[in-house]
Amino acid sequence: MSQELEFLSRHVAVGKLSRRDFLGRAAALGVSAAFANTLLGSAALAQGPVKGGILKAGMQGGEATNNLDPATFLSQVPFSFGKCWGEYLLALKPDGTIENRIAEEVNASADAKEWTFKIRDGVEFHNGKTVSAEDVLATLERHSNEESKSGALGIMKGIESMKVDGKNVVVTLTQPNADLPYLMTDYHLIVQPNGGKDDPTAGISAGPYKVTVNEPGVRAGGERFANYWMGDKVGHADQIEIIVINDATARTSALQGGQVHMINRVEPKIVDLVKRVPGVTIRNVSGPGHYVFIAHCNTAPFDNLDLRLALKYAMNREEMLDKILRGYGSVGNDFPINAAYPLYSNDIEQRAYDPDKAAFHFKKSGHDGAILLRTSDVAFPGAVDAAQLYQQSCAKAGITVEIKREPGDGYWSEVWNKQPFSTSYWGGRPTQDQMYSTAYLSTADWNDTRFLRPDFDKLIIAARGELDDTKRKAMYRDAAVMVRDEGGVILPMFNDFIDASSDKIGGWESHPSGEMMDGYALAKCWLAA
Amino acid sequence: MTSPILKLIAQRVALGLLLLLAVSVLIFAGTQILPGDVAQSILGQSATPQALANLRAELGLNDPAYIRYFNWLGGIMTGDLGTALSSGQDIASSISGRLWNTLFLAFWAAAVSVPLAIGLGLLAVRYRNGWVDRLISGLALASTSFPEFFIGYLLVYFFAVKWQIFPGISTVYDGMPFLDRMQAIALPAAVLTLVVLAHMMRMTRAAILNVMQSAYIETAEMKGLSAIDVIRRHALPNAIAPIINVVMLNLAFLIVGVVVVEVIFVYPGMGQYLVDHVAKRDVPVVQAVGLIFAAVYIFLNIIADIGAILANPRLRHPK
Repeated sequence: MSQELEFLSRHVAVGKLSRRDFLGRAAALGVSAAFANTLLGSAALAQGPVKGGILKAGMQGGEATNNLDPATFLSQVPFSFGKCWGEYLLALKPDGTIENRIAEEVNASADAKEWTFKIRDGVEFHNGKTVSAEDVLATLERHSNEESKSGALGIMKGIESMKVDGKNVVVTLTQPNADLPYLMTDYHLIVQPNGGKDDPTAGISAGPYKVTVNEPGVRAGGERFANYWMGDKVGHADQIEIIVINDATARTSALQGGQVHMINRVEPKIVDLVKRVPGVTIRNVSGPGHYVFIAHCNTAPFDNLDLRLALKYAMNREEMLDKILRGYGSVGNDFPINAAYPLYSNDIEQRAYDPDKAAFHFKKSGHDGAILLRTSDVAFPGAVDAAQLYQQSCAKAGITVEIKREPGDGYWSEVWNKQPFSTSYWGGRPTQDQMYSTAYLSTADWNDTRFLRPDFDKLIIAARGELDDTKRKAMYRDAAVMVRDEGGVILPMFNDFIDASSDKIGGWESHPSGEMMDGYALAKCWLAA
Repeated sequence: MTSPILKLIAQRVALGLLLLLAVSVLIFAGTQILPGDVAQSILGQSATPQALANLRAELGLNDPAYIRYFNWLGGIMTGDLGTALSSGQDIASSISGRLWNTLFLAFWAAAVSVPLAIGLGLLAVRYRNGWVDRLISGLALASTSFPEFFIGYLLVYFFAVKWQIFPGISTVYDGMPFLDRMQAIALPAAVLTLVVLAHMMRMTRAAILNVMQSAYIETAEMKGLSAIDVIRRHALPNAIAPIINVVMLNLAFLIVGVVVVEVIFVYPGMGQYLVDHVAKRDVPVVQAVGLIFAAVYIFLNIIADIGAILANPRLRHPK
């Protein structure tokens, strides 16, 4: 039976059989529509890319206030559109390894302080100019300038000097950093002519699509760039278009109605409904993003380790995953790293809900009375519900949690990173070093748990300069255990990225680093029929 | 047309302009007393004091409020609405396309709903208290009672997802062929029509019924005119003033009150534009949009007043 279906699905892929007929026959063979669609999708993938057509995405995360300057990219639409028209030095592959793009070769000195990027020959900008080492240098300069408003400024901080050496760009760091190639994949760092110093919003780079339409908050579009350096390997559709659809219902109906071929941010609560829609496939992938309850390690009563442990044991992670994410995620273990990261250690013991242990540690902490938890709808989707679930699981351990619901407006400036116990989320970072450096080093601006541990700082900085992956992995394991057992973060779950696509789409590859195939969906997918 | 009418109209227009000026003061003052500093909100929390000072000087925030007000007003008089803080784009040029889109949608919603509402109102009066009247009133009230988003989603579900007759999202763009554009706005225009229909219909019905109590209607009826003729020739002209009023009020709603509909249908109009900029605390844009909305309201109210004056000779000679 499955052979027959496979045979038929290949017929659909080459256009000998209509999709409707195929689904009809599949139903006659007793196969569910969802499974039949999956078959179709894989047949389309096996068939190889199809050229032409207009590929359309409906996306949440675009505003009238956006512009094309990569330094200002903040939300999903500029991010995804940037990956269509922009070209980067390096890119992150779905398996977590680095792909050389404009940089043909990357070499580090033995101490990981001096990095050499060899610039590829024959890469052409949309304006006809050839990409030179000077353009790359100017790009890095623009984003690392102290006065720059670039979102990449934080990751460019460790650069001591940069220079062009023939075809090479040489970057010298103040401290060793084995992760520099990962940092260079940051989505802000689109290589532009003269680094975009002349006209950052011109939308000119060397990506597979040329910008043809840019109406911020409405739509963005591009047409295939004939002289793209990778030729036909990327950029299968003649044109691409992103339509900004911030309303979740409108987004789903646009996909159902066939106005767009793919959408991002399907809400967990409607995933099961969307799954039943014929012709639509849910594309979920587990990513590095996570939801957190954060306690300040230096503020009473949370400065007591037993109290923090009590709060951790009182978290029912499975229930959170089940009820808040409807299963579209994975349980967390009180440190911010999961399998989405290279060098993740999967052998750290999973902490489970244990009201008895929670009660034991709570008693030992000597604290009595209620714990005040601040939350808001904007902290993460379902944050207020999650706080209430937590309140109940704490109550079973004899811990009283009081919930204060804060207004969404001003939550990030007044509550998060200010109040001692609150809910929040993290989108994750490309590497462990980045994640820990952003939120767990003593010196980090966003050390939202006030985790002030010199030994931890030392460990992270040492790991940063370690080029031996085995040693490095062991160091990150130690760091994770330290955060898990002593830190102020209670991390119940990692959330999946949930996109959905029409089964007309071929070439979809799950990418754990971001939604819509880490932004590359429009550049890499094709219209199958 | 006699000169007293012209004089009255001139008075109304002058009054409208004065009102607009007052509104501009209110809008400016309102945005001034908002908590927070514009320069701070542009640069964010990590801003250095020097950068803040530079930006404040650049934006002219160090000048006293009245000078900034007159600068702003002067700019508006010459068509310069300033630049958006968040994106650095010229506000006037980014608004013009959006305003045109909003007006386009409002125009077609009005073109359907106004004749329909008045026609249905007349019909309801003709068959008053019969089943036709009840059916019309009932349906109109039902459509008004549902929130816009509910009607919107219902229409999307049936017309866009199930039957795929009209698109569920209404992205329009420059250079779009007229018929495509009409197809794109079909559903939002339908929602707006349903939302404003009942108000205008009920008002028409009530105003005409009010007139129908008068003695001259009785005379007309006794002359042997048909019911429709009585309504059309004798009742409607005398009820026109309140009808114009409610029509203008609804037109204003079609232009300034369509935020929800624009969000549901992803229609690139003023509402969506305003929402995005309010979220970013982009004060110059909020001021500009506020002023445009106020101007629309005042303009439509002047039209309503003038219409009422023209329709009713007694209003031309105020005591």
